[in-house]
Amino acid sequence: MPPPPSGSTPALALHDVSKRYGRRWALARLTYTLPAGRSLLLTGHNGSGKTTLLRLVATALGPTAGRVEVLGRDAVTDREAVRRDVALLSHASFLYEDLTAQQNLMVLGRLLGVDAPQDVADALLNKVGLTRRTDSPVRGFSAGMRKRLAIARLLMKAPALALLDEPFGELDPAGIQDMEGVIAELKAGGTTVVLATHLIEQGLSLCEERLHLQDGRAVAA
Amino acid sequence: MSAVKPKRAPGLLKTTLVLMRKDLLIEWRTRARLNALIFFAMATLLLFSFALGPDTKLLERNAGGYLWLAILFASVLSLGESFRVETENACLDGVRLAPADARAIFLSKALGNALLLLALAVVLVPVMVALYGVRIVTGVGDLAGILVLGSLALSAPGTVYAAISSNARARDVLLPLLLFPLVIPALLSAAKGTTLVLQGDPMQQLGSWQGLLLGFNLIYWGVGFLLFPRVIED
Repeated sequence: MPPPPSGSTPALALHDVSKRYGRRWALARLTYTLPAGRSLLLTGHNGSGKTTLLRLVATALGPTAGRVEVLGRDAVTDREAVRRDVALLSHASFLYEDLTAQQNLMVLGRLLGVDAPQDVADALLNKVGLTRRTDSPVRGFSAGMRKRLAIARLLMKAPALALLDEPFGELDPAGIQDMEGVIAELKAGGTTVVLATHLIEQGLSLCEERLHLQDGRAVAA
Repeated sequence: MSAVKPKRAPGLLKTTLVLMRKDLLIEWRTRARLNALIFFAMATLLLFSFALGPDTKLLERNAGGYLWLAILFASVLSLGESFRVETENACLDGVRLAPADARAIFLSKALGNALLLLALAVVLVPVMVALYGVRIVTGVGDLAGILVLGSLALSAPGTVYAAISSNARARDVLLPLLLFPLVIPALLSAAKGTTLVLQGDPMQQLGSWQGLLLGFNLIYWGVGFLLFPRVIED
């Protein structure tokens, strides 16, 4: 895992960040700093800009204006380095439907240069409770199983900053409990977590900081 | 957390091979794309022979052109499908954010598409020989050279345009609209070269057409390699 940010380097710094889709501003002049070692709960109604913000931090999108810094690196000019340190659990699973659970993880493992990607994939599938579906194509998976596999995919990256967009969605109660355990484990391992969820009670129990968005702006919760 | 220890990010070549292996694995598991391509291209060849009637001389003279038109039409299906698997579940985002070098994504897609088109061409040649009554005059090596260069020439610009059109609503229309005008020099060279292979080359013109195809490949593989990162990032 990459070293966590030093005490003085914020895990995440947003400087006047705006993002526009066509005529609509999804984020408007957002400024925020997440200190190192703290985890952030991101709340807001549907369409408030949570997913856009997570995608900007993950470098899946570029900002229309402003600057995003992740672990002290600019998310536009130093994009490759940021991508190596960040993992995104998104609404889209990033999973190939015609590959098996194990093959999906092995492709990512090989791209990351992980040693023995098959062993690591098997260990992660065991961790997320998918051992019995290792060789099954993703096309036959339920929504909850896809979410579990996407979590295994995130863990394969061993990120310094984990961005979790509605991680409890589509999970059954046991899955939600497992997910809470995964988040706690990530934090214990030094990973900074940014969590976007509508389950505020659960989020507050896992995060020390909170940012509430409304129409792309930070407001008091 | 489990002890995942990324050793060192793989280089351009290794990333290309990992992604190409993934694409071929998906193709092998479904085989839908290759089967569709073969039947579509064979039907095209057959339709040309029906449309032109029993004029065997005309069929013989234009066999090279019909072969490459069938491959070109089929390539649109192949190229579009190669990015459909990436847009499903936003897999291309997953690969970009892994992170994988965008140039490796281009190389893997373009080489994979070229390989598929070459396999298609290899299947179509015997069909063309049987349907149009032609024979290979100058040698199988000459024909293989044209097939390889022609497949590469369609796949490099085709991969760039397939990526551009993959998120468009009218992608099935957009891809041929963008691709067909651009590949006219490659289509012409491949068709002329194939015709010379089938009818003999007394004026030693085959080398010139192969040279033109090689030049086309150098330009568009170079342009695709340099531009593809901008295409998928912006």
